[in-house]
Amino acid sequence: MFGRIWQIIVKEFLQLKRDRAQRWRLIVPPLVQMLIFGYAATFEVYHVATAVLDRDQSLESRELISRFAFSDRFRIVEVAQTDRQIRSAIDRSDATVAVVIHPGFAASLRSGDTAPLQVLVDGTDSNTALIALGYLGTIVDRFSTDYAADLARRGGAAARAAPVNVEFAARPWYNPDLNGRWFFVPGIAGTLTLMLIVSLTASAIVREREIGTLEQLMVTPIRPAEFILGKTIPFFVVGMAEVALVAIFGAVWFRIPFVGDLFVLLLGTALFLNSTLGLGLLISTICKTQQQAFASSFLVLNPFFTLSGFGFPIASMPTVLQWFTYINPLRYYLVVIRGTFVKGIGLDVLWPDMLAMAALGTVLLAASILRFRKSLD
Amino acid sequence: MRVRRLAAMARKEALQIWRDPRSLLIALLMPFMQLVLLGYGVSLDIKHVPVCTFDREASQNSQDLLKHFQASDYFTIAAVIGNYGALTGAIDRGVCRLAIVIPPDFTQRLSTTGGAVVQGIVDGTDTNTANIATGYAQAVVARYAAGARLEASARQGAIATIQPVAMQSRVWFNEDLESRNFIIPGVIAMVMALVGAELTSLTIAREWERGTMELLISTPVTPMEVMLGKLAPYFAIGLIDAALCLAFGVFWFGVPFRGTLATLFLATALFLVVVLGIGYLISVRVKSQVGAAQIGLLVTILPTTLLSGYLFPIDQMPVPVQAVTYLMFARYYVTALKALFLKGAGIVDLAAPLAAMALYAAAIAFLAARAFHKSLD
Repeated sequence: MFGRIWQIIVKEFLQLKRDRAQRWRLIVPPLVQMLIFGYAATFEVYHVATAVLDRDQSLESRELISRFAFSDRFRIVEVAQTDRQIRSAIDRSDATVAVVIHPGFAASLRSGDTAPLQVLVDGTDSNTALIALGYLGTIVDRFSTDYAADLARRGGAAARAAPVNVEFAARPWYNPDLNGRWFFVPGIAGTLTLMLIVSLTASAIVREREIGTLEQLMVTPIRPAEFILGKTIPFFVVGMAEVALVAIFGAVWFRIPFVGDLFVLLLGTALFLNSTLGLGLLISTICKTQQQAFASSFLVLNPFFTLSGFGFPIASMPTVLQWFTYINPLRYYLVVIRGTFVKGIGLDVLWPDMLAMAALGTVLLAASILRFRKSLD
Repeated sequence: MRVRRLAAMARKEALQIWRDPRSLLIALLMPFMQLVLLGYGVSLDIKHVPVCTFDREASQNSQDLLKHFQASDYFTIAAVIGNYGALTGAIDRGVCRLAIVIPPDFTQRLSTTGGAVVQGIVDGTDTNTANIATGYAQAVVARYAAGARLEASARQGAIATIQPVAMQSRVWFNEDLESRNFIIPGVIAMVMALVGAELTSLTIAREWERGTMELLISTPVTPMEVMLGKLAPYFAIGLIDAALCLAFGVFWFGVPFRGTLATLFLATALFLVVVLGIGYLISVRVKSQVGAAQIGLLVTILPTTLLSGYLFPIDQMPVPVQAVTYLMFARYYVTALKALFLKGAGIVDLAAPLAAMALYAAAIAFLAARAFHKSLD
């Protein structure tokens, strides 16, 4: 039995060795995609284009505006003179945020009244808008607090009021600067592996069927389970190399720390590869041509990618889609790869994800062996 | 060029699509799949962030502050914690994304000049969620502080200074900051790119693979007629898909459409010419269906997903990558789509992106027209 499996393994590696184009495809596109993904995938908000209209022209209004100007979150792109200019700056997307200070701003402040500050935000990109609003609030809040304290010290109108203040000191763990790349790059490594391994395995068996070499194999004494295993093991090795290549390249290029346990990551990767191989094999047993295999992999991979938590939180999805994520191996692997890269958590936390991937892998591989037996006749 | 031959070519291609139920199904069902997947699955609206609280003071004031968190829609209290060890565990295991720690001297420091500090420990793994949750938490604490200030000054009989500056923010174009409203318009670009590149990249390659190319070459049809005839049915499918997406997006997802249909049609037609032309070019060059589909995926889908601004804001990318996005035709279409849906932009506002797309379309059409030669090698 092992002899027969071994023969298939040798055959697969020989095939890979002699297919130069294929080897090329295994290395270059994943690295290019890692680069594009790594640079493009970001939800960070820095240097938001901001237009200001200061109709008060007071010390206070200038002080507030300078706080925006000196924050690295905002970049003042236009100092407007009229309301119309502000409107058109936002209409033309020259500015995402507009800050309008009305006349009387300083007067209200000095007399202890509340001075309104008008802010316009282009909500087209709701995520940027939301985060920018948060930063705006923080800057205005800090200005307010400082002003109140200042006033109290100078003995102004509001001096007798208690300077009650609560500061919220946010301390992000694991990723102190909230660098988005630390979140995305490990995720990209997992995603690219899923896509590559599924489409590779799916087309591998279908290709044999298409060329007619599958029938030749079937007249040999090999059994379906042996055949599947013999096919799986080389792809497993290729997959491991692929993860290593993409993850190491990404981590070195984008300087992502690795704080966890390498053994845990390797275990998780092995389990993840098992389930992606199972998925690819299952697709291959359903399809007759490489064309079909390609289309089916695409149809399957699309939801697996979107509904994995790669960039869009699972908790924000409707319940039905959340259920779907439970049969998605990428969902679990993302937890494992991010957990080991950035969080440094171990098996005591990650065991449910490991277990889920092991179960998925077993079911998928078993299903493809069963289907394969049937698809022979 | 003869209209009769062109029509015959188009008719043949349409019949071929019609009689291949799978590709027809993909062409018509894919828009729905993409819309459901991306419309529901890609939500960046963050609500009910799980929070752990660690109240080290357990006073009236600290409980008051925590009630503000409880009352907020954005947070759900996941656990009440009694020590730092449990807090570390809760964040490690992902029980909560945010832990609020109230120091033992909270009340005492509330009325001193420095003010009290509430610590927020954020799970920084998912940087975007962390950012948004921090913004919300800041707002909750600020609201509590304002209330406490008001109360304190009332107790002391002083003039109530609520907040020196009150920020009044108004969001334009996407008033409720729903991420769906900016994702759905982008999905149209995704679907167009998929239809265009995926299906057309197969048309010529299929003829080569099946051997029907020799038959085609022996007919009097000219290369120009082949191109236009082959692309015409896909152009129609693309427009139908765009209409389906528009209807589904507006009536099902409730995304506003504020522009004019004529401008949408113009932009879509230009974009279709580009993606169809690219698909055709690939198909002519790469004579295998699988190869064509793979290259099509890399050349059209990847840039449309990552470098178009459809999901990840372009102005947050590194400058060289931003420069690259100017070369991506999808960028202009996505800009136009978002402006049409949300901003109600007219043809004048969109002159620049439309001109860029027209330029692209002309260049691609020129290249495509010269690509196909009636020769067998």
